Formats: sequence, C-alpha cells, structure tokens
Amino acid sequence: MADEAHSAAATTGADMAHGADAAHGADGGLVFHPMDQFLVKPLFGHAGDPVFWYTPTNVTLWLGLAVLAIFAIMVLTTSRRAVIPSRGQSVAELAYGFIYKMVEDVTGKDGVKYFPYIMTLFMFIVVANFLGLLPTAFTPTSHIAVTALLAMAVFLAVTILGFVLHGFKFLGLFWVSAAPLPLRPILAVIEIISYFVRPVSHSIRLAGNMMAGHAVIKVFAAFAAVTAIAPISIAAIAAIYGLEVLVSFIQAYVFTILTCVYLKDALHPAH
Amino acid sequence: MATEPIDLEVAGTCTDAAGSAIGMPQLCDAWFGNQIFWLLVTLVVIYFILSRIALPRIAAILAERQGTITNNIAAAEDLKAKALEAEAAYDQALADARAEAGRIIDAAKAEMKADLDVAIKKADAEIAERTAEGEKAIAEIREGALAAVKDVAKDTAKELIVALGGTADARTVTAAVNARMKG
Repeated sequence: MADEAHSAAATTGADMAHGADAAHGADGGLVFHPMDQFLVKPLFGHAGDPVFWYTPTNVTLWLGLAVLAIFAIMVLTTSRRAVIPSRGQSVAELAYGFIYKMVEDVTGKDGVKYFPYIMTLFMFIVVANFLGLLPTAFTPTSHIAVTALLAMAVFLAVTILGFVLHGFKFLGLFWVSAAPLPLRPILAVIEIISYFVRPVSHSIRLAGNMMAGHAVIKVFAAFAAVTAIAPISIAAIAAIYGLEVLVSFIQAYVFTILTCVYLKDALHPAH
Repeated sequence: MATEPIDLEVAGTCTDAAGSAIGMPQLCDAWFGNQIFWLLVTLVVIYFILSRIALPRIAAILAERQGTITNNIAAAEDLKAKALEAEAAYDQALADARAEAGRIIDAAKAEMKADLDVAIKKADAEIAERTAEGEKAIAEIREGALAAVKDVAKDTAKELIVALGGTADARTVTAAVNARMKG
C-alpha cells in the first residue's frame, strides 16, 4: 500500500504547486499522500530546511504536548489530594492502579520497584497515541525510530538486569530444563532467536499499528474528494477512527504488558 | 559549511520537490537522530514528573483512602459490638421485667387467695351461725307447735267430754293426751 501511495505521489505530486496531504489535482484526478502526515518538519524556518538532531521539529512539539498532557492528567488532577476523588483524579488513580496491578501480577512483588519506569512507558505511549488521533496531529509512536528506542531500552535494561541479578544463571532462561536432554540444545537455539527477535516485534508492532491506521484514514480521506463515494468514505473514516481509538489503547497496553513479561524473565529466569 | 549540503541532500531523499513523502518517512534515517534526541528528553522529563511528583502523591492518596476505609470499618465493627451489647442488655431487661411481672402476679394471686380464704371462712362461719339460729328457731317452733297441739288436744278433749255430758277431769285428760302424743 505504501508503494501504491508512493507511485501515486510520484506521478501526480511532482506537478503540484501545493504539497497538501490529500487534495484533488487540477484535472480532478485523485491524489494520495497518506504518508505525508509522518513527515518530520522543522517547527521554524522553511519547509525544506535541514533537520539536525537538535532542531525543534513537529516531533518535538507533539512530544512536548504529550509531556504537558501527562502533567495535566497525573499532577494537576491530583493537586487536591482528595480522599473522595474528582473525575480527573479518578482517571489518574485508575491509570496508576491499572499499571501497578499489571506489574504486580505479571512480575511479582519484587518487580514493583520498577513500576515508575513501566508507568513512564505506558503513559508516554498511551498519551502519544491518543494525541496522534487529533486531526492534523503528528504521531511520534508511528515512527520506528521512536518505538525502536523504547523497545531497545526495554531489551537492554531487561538483559542487563538479568545478568546483574543472576549472573550466568540468567542463561538458564534459554536452557529448558523441563524438556528431554537431546531436545534442549535445539530449544536453546530457538529460545535465543526468539529472545533477540523480541525488540524487533516489540517495536514494529506498535509503530506498524499506529502507522497503518493513520495511513488508512488518509486514504479514505482522499476518496472523499469524489462526490459519488464521499458518504461511504466519510463513514469509513468514522469507523476506522473508532477502531484506531481502540488500537491506541490496546497497543499501549500490549507494549506495557510485554515489558512486564520480559522483566519477569529477568527477575525469575527459571522456566 | 561542509555538512549543510550533505544534510540537504539527505533530506531530499525523503521528500520530493513538492514536499511530499518519498516512500515511508519512518525509514528516513536523516530524521532518526532528531527523534531519538527529543524522545530521550521527553522520557526523562516524564520519568521525573511521574516518579518525583505524580506517583508518590497518588500512592499517598490511595494509602490515605485505605487508612480511612480501614478506620471506618473498625469504627463500624465497634458500633456493631455496641449494638449487640445493647441488644443483650435489652433482652436481659426484658427477661428481668418478665420475671418481676410473674413474681408480682404470683404475690397478687397469693394475697387474693388469702383474702378469699378469710372471706370464705367468715362466710362459712356466718352460714353456720345462721344455720344454727335457723335450727334453733325450727326447734322452738316445733316445740311451740307440740305444746299448741297438746293444748288444742286437751281443750278439744275437754270440750268433747263436756259436749258428751261428762265432766272433764283435767288431770286425766292431760295424761291421756300426753300418752297419745308419745305413742
């Protein structure tokens, strides 16, 4: 689908003066730019300016908005410290209880001290996902660079923690002592491969889900330019949008619970 | 100065002349550094907001609520115990009152029985007295009647003797009458 979009952009996009996301061309033909919403642009200066590592971009803007939103949800709402909570405070307490219970249930009592890190991950992903659903928003979690960093951070932290806590016994994670002895080396190879694939699937799952939904919405939006199919297109956008709201939460949940599962492996490597 | 044309060139591989994306912007490695840098900044800020302010505060709120609930439950248990105590006291008082009432009823019954016995005795005595009086009166009347019968018999006998032309000897008549009355 990305290739289709690419070819459409390449054939009709070149002669267009304006680089709008989805607009019909002068000849009335459809123009698809479903990937333009993922472009990284400098916040200040011209559109074509180079992007250095420190340049404030739309990534910076939406990450900053995520920080503000988290501050509002978790800090401002709880400022009254009410025993009987207000609605906002209930949301903050709900988020706290949800992740705390997840960490406790999956990793056990000794995993609770890593709760702030997991809470940071969850709050960032869920808030970035939901902010990305605002029209014209940029979704940081749809970028593989962002999710790969998160997944690699989890992978490295869990691996290092495993070796620090258990030394070489941590390698017992790959040695399935419950299996018959001849099978164990084969299982060890499979386990090691699956262990190193973890950060890949962990990151691509999140970025892929976010990117796909947003791109599909943009494709339907481009179809809305044709009067005959505009109602279908708009209905489809509404439906996909509803689905994306669901996916936004579920992917944050999945990323977080997988982090907990990996952390459990580091804390209790024995099968 | 040397880096700028290179960066422009790299940016050019990700966007076309119209500023639209070429392929997936996610794979444009020119933008990785920027995203990673700002993401690290963001994560550190979020971590400090959560771990320094939000999470301890929420934990304190939840602990306080738990404490309040525990205290209230303890107070409720206390009140329940007191209620049970009060109920026991009430039951005790009720039982005592019943026993007291029974005792009072018994005492009243005994008193009434005593009064009744006295009254019955008195009535019996009176009845006996009246009976005796009556019997005495009957005896008197009977005696009176016997004397009268005797007199009447004497007089009648005398009159009969006189009418038959005899002379009435009072002593003989009396003796005869007395003999007849006895027989």
